[in-house]
Amino acid sequence: MRILALFILTFIFWLLLTLDFSVANLVAGAAAALVTSLLFAKYFFKKVVKFLQPVRYFWLLVYLVIFTWECIKANFDVAYRVLHPAMPIKPGIVKIKLGLQSDFARTMLANSITMTPGTISVDIIDDELFVHWIYVRSEDPEVYSQKIAGKFEKYIKKIFE
Amino acid sequence: MNSMVSTIFISIGVLFNLFGCIGLIRLPDVYNRLQSATKCVTLGTCSILVGVLIHSGFIDIGVKALIAIPLLFFSATVAAHALVRGAYHAGIKLGDKSVKDDYKDAVK
Amino acid sequence: MDILEILLYIQIALSVFCLFRVIRGPSIADRMVGLDIFGILVVGICAILAIQTGRSFILDIAIAWIILSFIGTLTLAKYLSGKKLNE
Repeated sequence: MRILALFILTFIFWLLLTLDFSVANLVAGAAAALVTSLLFAKYFFKKVVKFLQPVRYFWLLVYLVIFTWECIKANFDVAYRVLHPAMPIKPGIVKIKLGLQSDFARTMLANSITMTPGTISVDIIDDELFVHWIYVRSEDPEVYSQKIAGKFEKYIKKIFE
Repeated sequence: MNSMVSTIFISIGVLFNLFGCIGLIRLPDVYNRLQSATKCVTLGTCSILVGVLIHSGFIDIGVKALIAIPLLFFSATVAAHALVRGAYHAGIKLGDKSVKDDYKDAVK
Repeated sequence: MDILEILLYIQIALSVFCLFRVIRGPSIADRMVGLDIFGILVVGICAILAIQTGRSFILDIAIAWIILSFIGTLTLAKYLSGKKLNE
């Protein structure tokens, strides 16, 4: 099952990359995709059934819109801090609690945190995520957990778990 | 029309790349440099690739640019995590202005 | 002179800026950040060149460059955190 899902994904990737629908190309792509999926299927998602649930794709779209908006905001934030003559930075590493279980969801949360304003994720130890914050706004763990991760966590839970 | 919109997107991308590079030169320590550089340069380059997609439509150039966008996002962010973590484990201190360091207790 | 050409020259100048950080950087980590960002900027150069010349193989180079620079950065980061490469 996992091999089949990975085969389909890699084959679509090959077709997009070449955009050539002659028979020779299709056969070559199928061979390459088969070898890849046989070799790497054990690193793929555990539950392939998740690909077939359309509600996840809907939340993925919502999430992409929010994420793009946060990205653009992050860039203006960085531009302001860099161009300001006094450089208003107050950096520090803070610790936030994770509510997600699966590995892929955690990776996505860390990636999202890296692209949002002023934060970059450093490491995950057990259930805690360490985040380097360029301007530490508050000292209270509840407040900054909500501020950094709360926005994305509920969507990622709906998409990947 | 299409070429004008795509030129605007590419200009915005180059502008953000410029901010990222200024941050890379100006900010005081490696963690802050990595912050500004990763964010700005990744989104700037993605904006350039979107410009390429708009300019050429869904022929081979555009589709390849579309493939490159998610690839760039994942590789840039994961490389940034690896660099931050490696720099911390190599013993590089946080800058003078830093106010808080929760990670120090966890590593020990 | 075309506006795309000007943007291309600006982008090349920016990547030279990054090399400044590679040369100057006080610690090894600074140099590695410079190299990482340099790799992403080269992808931008490739994209603008692909529009200007109208050839699609340049974007193939860009995709391969993304993957190779990712692997290179991961390897260097692993070296930096003091582990063996076979872990």
